[in-house]
Amino acid sequence: MLTFEPYGNPTYFALLGVALLPLMIGLLYGKRSRLYETLVSIFFLVLTFGGSKWTQGVALIIYILYEVVLTWGYAVYRRNHNSGPLFYLMVILAIAPLTIVKVTPAVENGQASLIGFLGVSYLTFRAVQTMMETRDGTLKNYNIMTFLQFMLFFPTISSGPIDRYRRFEADYRSVPDRDKYLGMLQKGIRYLFVGFMYKFILAYYFGTILMPKLQLMAMHSRGGFLDISWPLIGYMYCYSADLFFDFAGYSLFAVGTSYIMGIATPMNFNQPWRSPNIKDFWNRWHITLSFWFRDFIYMRLVFWFMKHKVFKKPTTTANVTYIINMLIMGFWHGVTWYYITYGLFHGVALVVNDTWLRYKKKHRQSIPHNKFTQVFAIFLTANLVCFSFLIFSGILDKIWFLK
Amino acid sequence: MDIKATVLDILNDLTGNDVSGAMDDNLFDSGIMDSMASVQLLLSLQSELGVNVPVSEFERSEWDTPNKIIAKVEALA
Repeated sequence: MLTFEPYGNPTYFALLGVALLPLMIGLLYGKRSRLYETLVSIFFLVLTFGGSKWTQGVALIIYILYEVVLTWGYAVYRRNHNSGPLFYLMVILAIAPLTIVKVTPAVENGQASLIGFLGVSYLTFRAVQTMMETRDGTLKNYNIMTFLQFMLFFPTISSGPIDRYRRFEADYRSVPDRDKYLGMLQKGIRYLFVGFMYKFILAYYFGTILMPKLQLMAMHSRGGFLDISWPLIGYMYCYSADLFFDFAGYSLFAVGTSYIMGIATPMNFNQPWRSPNIKDFWNRWHITLSFWFRDFIYMRLVFWFMKHKVFKKPTTTANVTYIINMLIMGFWHGVTWYYITYGLFHGVALVVNDTWLRYKKKHRQSIPHNKFTQVFAIFLTANLVCFSFLIFSGILDKIWFLK
Repeated sequence: MDIKATVLDILNDLTGNDVSGAMDDNLFDSGIMDSMASVQLLLSLQSELGVNVPVSEFERSEWDTPNKIIAKVEALA
């Protein structure tokens, strides 16, 4: 049997169109057939995780059952009890499979873990979030079927965007009225076509045509200071362009397909290259991931540090938490020196950024603010980001350490 | 002291800005507030008004202007 990478080729889109057509007609007439939606979801999950990838399919099923038991068990427990240590234990258990998947290649010479499958990270983010909101008491009516639909919603299963349980549930339980749905349909289809341009034209050009050439040239131009060369700088911009168009393209497919299904999955990118500073960049780049980190790691850690008065000054609390937050993000990408350095780089960048913003606020009168400084800020931010992606790309690992 | 005055006091302390003249301005867009300030706000609400707001209740779009914050706190008090 064939297996398909989600949104990977024209056949996948053709199947998507055929499968979604009855669903679209239903939504236009104000009806949502849960049974049909479930069948479509199962069909596309089998396309992705069946055939030669069946071991991943088995891993996915076991993983889902495991997370259901944890979240459901915790929701039942939380109705009458609220122990801190038990909550931490449950969170640790929920992220244990992901931790194993991420650490295995580092200790087993690049060997992938048997329990891994495409999308394990994104499912873990959803499960942990469900658990944390259950603890806070903001998620009161946990429902196993809704949780399964939320976790296994096929348009976003492989790489997000990372939706929120309560937001997804509200959309899933209701049917948009015709005007609203027509608007969603229009947006959804536009997103798909912009996605085609990003993913199959621009990312193809930068990633498949240009990047291998630049990599070869950069490898041949080694020997200078830190082996830096013009081709390497070219590679930095080319890789950044590829990373953006590839992931933003995928995200547009995922959001577009969701919209067509009447689910307003949140957007992942919002013109990141016009950010005037790094802090703003993280409000515009891989938004659902950075907001997940903000809401479930950064804010909670800051809350905990301040409540227990760990640091004297609020700024120290903020700075330490920035570094921890971005280091965790680095580790999440994978246990390699370049992912962790990338996380550290962004943590430090956020600290410097905040310090500068505070300084600027204090000396508002004496610091010029005009068109030129605005353009310069955007230029500087974009270049810092591209440099961080050069670290992230792992090419420095090859340039410096490959014989 | 009423809730409105207390919240405004907290916001003024926190941001170093007098926000009472711009009750519908977005505090996050203008950079006056950020995640750090949000947490400080939640902690101050707890200590000064006894209003308990868990972090996951803090949906930024519902808390982004002084007026919205006051309305939220009044609803939760």
